[in-house]
Amino acid sequence: MEAFRRLEAVAVPLPQPNIDTDRIIPARFLSRPREVDHGQFLFHDARLSPDGTSDPDFPLNRPEWRPARIVVAGRNFACGSSRESAVWALFDAGFRCAIAPSFGDIFRNNGTKNGLLPVVLPAEAVESIIAQLEAAPGARLAVDLPLQTVTAPDGTVHPFEIDPFAKHCLLQGLDDFGLTATYEDEIAAFERRYGRENTL
Amino acid sequence: MADAPRTLFEKIWSRHRVMEREDGQTLLYVGRHLLHDGGATAFDVLRKRGLKPRAPDRIFATPDHYVSTSSRTVAEIEDPRHREMVEKLARNTAEHGIREFGLGDPNQGIVHVMGPETGLSQPGLLLVCGDSHTSTHGALGALAFGIGSTEVAHVLANQTLWQRKPKTMRITVDGRLGPQVTGKDVILAIIAQIGAAGATGHVIEYAGSAIRGLSMEGRLTLCNMSIEAGGRAGMVAPDETTFEYLRGRLYAPKGAEWDQAVSRWRALPSDPGAVFDTEVLVDGNAIQPMVTWGNSPEDALPIGSSIPDPEAAPDTERRGQMERMLAYMGLAPGTPLTDIPVDRVFIGSCTNSRIEDLRAAAAVAKGRKVAAGVTAWVVPGSEPVKRQAEAEGLHHVFTAAGFDWRQPGCSMCLGTNGDIARPGERVASTSNRNFMGRQGPGARTHLLSPAMAAAAAVTGRFADVRALMEA
Ligand code: SF4
Repeated sequence: MEAFRRLEAVAVPLPQPNIDTDRIIPARFLSRPREVDHGQFLFHDARLSPDGTSDPDFPLNRPEWRPARIVVAGRNFACGSSRESAVWALFDAGFRCAIAPSFGDIFRNNGTKNGLLPVVLPAEAVESIIAQLEAAPGARLAVDLPLQTVTAPDGTVHPFEIDPFAKHCLLQGLDDFGLTATYEDEIAAFERRYGRENTL
Repeated sequence: MADAPRTLFEKIWSRHRVMEREDGQTLLYVGRHLLHDGGATAFDVLRKRGLKPRAPDRIFATPDHYVSTSSRTVAEIEDPRHREMVEKLARNTAEHGIREFGLGDPNQGIVHVMGPETGLSQPGLLLVCGDSHTSTHGALGALAFGIGSTEVAHVLANQTLWQRKPKTMRITVDGRLGPQVTGKDVILAIIAQIGAAGATGHVIEYAGSAIRGLSMEGRLTLCNMSIEAGGRAGMVAPDETTFEYLRGRLYAPKGAEWDQAVSRWRALPSDPGAVFDTEVLVDGNAIQPMVTWGNSPEDALPIGSSIPDPEAAPDTERRGQMERMLAYMGLAPGTPLTDIPVDRVFIGSCTNSRIEDLRAAAAVAKGRKVAAGVTAWVVPGSEPVKRQAEAEGLHHVFTAAGFDWRQPGCSMCLGTNGDIARPGERVASTSNRNFMGRQGPGARTHLLSPAMAAAAAVTGRFADVRALMEA
């Protein structure tokens, strides 16, 4: 897994609440293996106008926001389906950080296991950042994981909380397989205790 | 010293805790792991790491997302990509000695229908599956939640999972549900009340007289959509309804083991005085048959309502969101729900494809005809549901009324098998998500109960099934 420490990059605002993972990557692309570039499917249908052409107003279609590596979204971002390809689509399109007042729980887990940092900030902070990004398309944010801060274009520093374990894994670029292996004795002991109960 | 009162959730959590780190991360042992045909990447991860499933006898699989609903033969799945997904599940499970209820197997079905039906989902178990609607299995008093594919690979390899303890929420629904008010209406009313993120970070326990009065099918529907309220899991304390449902099922304990299991399960319900992080109260007497109008399950209204006006929104954010949803859904503010015509009706999905759901829909369809211009499908959730429905003659009721009676699978819930609606088509659907494009690009989904879906099919528009059944 790619490590995450600090990132200063263009941030794209997606202010709507409840942007679901079906929106982030439609279901018909879910049968693709991980090796396939999932960035091409990111917001595939949301980017289109009703007539099927590219919608110039969709934020990710605007030239100022094409280089974005951070997404700042409304509450309950990436709710719904557990599809990990929602994270892959963002990651393959260059995103390494998502900021929102709240996330779908499964997406949040999937993100930290794939090098995509989910940052929860208070709703007012997100609103203020979105307003700045919309006022100056192409503006940058600085995200510092060791310090646990997001610095807005106007210089305001917003601290955030993160699970220490997720932070450790992201900083080191570690996944939890290796860690779990160090608890082999505990797992084996548990299995003996758990015993026949619920075994078929 | 007496132990502090504990919740159902805490009892199951602590029973499956292998160890807890100082930072609060807990390694949990997974009692049961279910797989479906959408999870091939997890096996790719295993292969790349040279790992094997640690406890294949705790893993069960069935194809559902990519199976055709017009045939039971893998070779007849037209799209090679879809066929490959079904074949991969068969290959991966065979290679690792995992029991698969494959296409054509008498127990094949949607994974969240198959688990309870075969008795694999049991009270007190920790159950996971790489699918967000794994919350369904909590209806039996299990702690069941969905995980991503990297986590699936981790569970395959280690039979364990790292988690941080979620918060707990008790949703108490007291009172008596009125006629034609089902588990689906209860959960839509709950989500309308607390919002699509209302239970984020929480495990929900549903309690109260209206919940205890629900059948197992109704509880499965209720717990299924916990994720639509943002909940990590949903659960109902096991009781006589649970035990009666499980008794005699394929993987339920038998003989003396059954008695031991039941006495163990009786100790599971939350202790009196157990404390939840959040409490929610819902008046069961007030719940009406519900229909959604927008693109989040929280946008649900009683059938007697009209499309809301964005002008009346509490803030500009909500107004903008409502305007976008109404544009997508092709709806005008003020339109009574009962004036809205439907193009398609889908009765199926892990939310509402069980025998009781089909009975409720058939009772409405009986002696009536699907309205002109409406395409109506019934997709049973599993082979056992299909057999039972056919034994009761429900398939004749449906086909005589003009419904299409199909083969079990996820079908139009998500459309990964190609069963999708056309752009602009309005679908009355018993599934769980009305997201933009969920049932196909441009498709307009309205969520409702099976009886309400059947009522929409025969009247050609959303209708109050109560009026229809009294007439
Ligand atoms: S029926 Fe729908 S929600 Fe349920 S498992 Fe299948 S695709 Fe997912």
